[in-house]
Amino acid sequence: MVEAATIAPPLGARSTLGIDTLVWGVGLALLALFGLLLAEMFAAGLPVLSLEFITGEASDAGRSGGISAVLVSTLWVVALAVGIALPLALGTALYISEYLGRGSTLYRLIHGSLDVLSAVPSVVFGLFGNAVFCELLGLGYSLAAGALTLVCMIVPVMVKASVDGLTAVPTELRAAGSALALSKPALIGHIVLPAALPGVASGVLLGVARALAETAALLFTSGYVLRMPDSPLDSGRTLSIHIYDLAMNVAGGDRFAYGSATVLVILLLMINGAIALVSSYAHRRTTDS
Amino acid sequence: MVSDRLLHSLLALFAALAAGLLLLVVGFIAQEALGLLQQLGVGAFLFHGEWQPYAGRFGLLPMLLTSLLLMLGAVAIATPLAVVGAACINFYLGRHSAILARRLVEIAAGIPSVVYGLWGLTLLVPLLAAIKQPGASLLAGMMVLALMILPTIVVVVDAGLRALPTHYRENAEALAIRRSGFVFAIALPAVRGSVITGATLAAARAIGETMVVMMVTGNLVQLPGSLFDPVRALTANIALEMAYAMDEHRSALYVSSLFLLLFAVALVLTNQLLLGWRGRHG
Repeated sequence: MVEAATIAPPLGARSTLGIDTLVWGVGLALLALFGLLLAEMFAAGLPVLSLEFITGEASDAGRSGGISAVLVSTLWVVALAVGIALPLALGTALYISEYLGRGSTLYRLIHGSLDVLSAVPSVVFGLFGNAVFCELLGLGYSLAAGALTLVCMIVPVMVKASVDGLTAVPTELRAAGSALALSKPALIGHIVLPAALPGVASGVLLGVARALAETAALLFTSGYVLRMPDSPLDSGRTLSIHIYDLAMNVAGGDRFAYGSATVLVILLLMINGAIALVSSYAHRRTTDS
Repeated sequence: MVSDRLLHSLLALFAALAAGLLLLVVGFIAQEALGLLQQLGVGAFLFHGEWQPYAGRFGLLPMLLTSLLLMLGAVAIATPLAVVGAACINFYLGRHSAILARRLVEIAAGIPSVVYGLWGLTLLVPLLAAIKQPGASLLAGMMVLALMILPTIVVVVDAGLRALPTHYRENAEALAIRRSGFVFAIALPAVRGSVITGATLAAARAIGETMVVMMVTGNLVQLPGSLFDPVRALTANIALEMAYAMDEHRSALYVSSLFLLLFAVALVLTNQLLLGWRGRHG
């Protein structure tokens, strides 16, 4: 491009310097803005991090002490949500990709329904969860009710990633399996699933990330009790709700809000890194074979 | 070993369950909302301005308009910036800096909305308050929402630009068209489908967003007179009042969530129809 411009002076007399400067200006300003925001968060949050902050008990409405109860609640909610969503999502993905034809009405119906589900605002899921899990199933404000609500929210993204993983399985593998006269269940269990594992793993990690980031859907399903939960039937607050509560409802809670935000973002960055690792592993494996 | 038939039925059951989640969600929200909706009529919610839940007045108009304004403002701010940003990453930055920039955008797109709210509350609101009190306002909401949806639009447009056939650029080079001419006259018009998709997805996220608007808009139920007025969005109202709402009041919150649900779903379906139509008709 640059060479072309120097060899042949471009047509049109007006200089495009202004437009180029604008693009550079906007692009770099945006990158700088996001960089600065992250830097600001780490600058305010990293000094708060300590063993005491991670493992200690919260006191003074979260202004001091630690976030151990919050971390345990988060772990319960995320583990339950992903644990329940995984068989549901994987089963759906297997059914879609192994039993349904791509163009079939049923295929489009399931896909469309999941697409629309992923567009539903999270606060609506919160109301749904409150009516169904807290009231109808009698779970009350509890980690379990929050987790079940999150299941509905993370199933679409987990199905999509798993389907991508399953469709990426080389056809030669399936053909080889069929040539050995394997039954469909054996083909799925011994050949397709192991080969699609990276896609499924990405789906799980994406589900964890979505569950970690969610706040609004949990406000009135898992609640915001700042106590160590004894069981998933207790109410408890996740990291994201803790950040909200410290920032909005606790005067002088900003410092620990940034500390908690730093923990949350570091966790999400680790998940991002893991997804990148998994997909580069999958890429290497398919290009090697 | 499991028989084929058993596995087939088991997986079909899972798929039916997953596909049925949408019906469940819509069904339960509607069930909680319909009683009051039938009793008062849609007009009592949509065309009245008074939100006095204890007096049985459930006018959603100010909050509905606020939500729409927040969404439109955020999309209007974010879309042009995101499109230019994506162009910068694709055609102006070098190979290595583009990779770094894409990672930064991906990270920004994955940051939870509550963290954007925290940034808005602690950094932007005091800044706006210095210009005009109280700081927490319609404008603050638009700006933080814009910031939150911007990375998503960049990701979608960037994917569109990367998928452009290489001969577009080779031909432009052969014709000695300048870089800026290529970007604005050829590349960006060619990816307008991606721009529409990105903006629609972003709009759906903005209208459904709760945490950001609750944290930075001041939460005062009123028709905004200016950009600096505190306002309350539909989502924020649900989150703020759900904890203590009973009976009719609670039902009214379900009615407002039904409107939100229908609006967000309509946005996404419109986008898919547009894409499908474009796919068939060029």
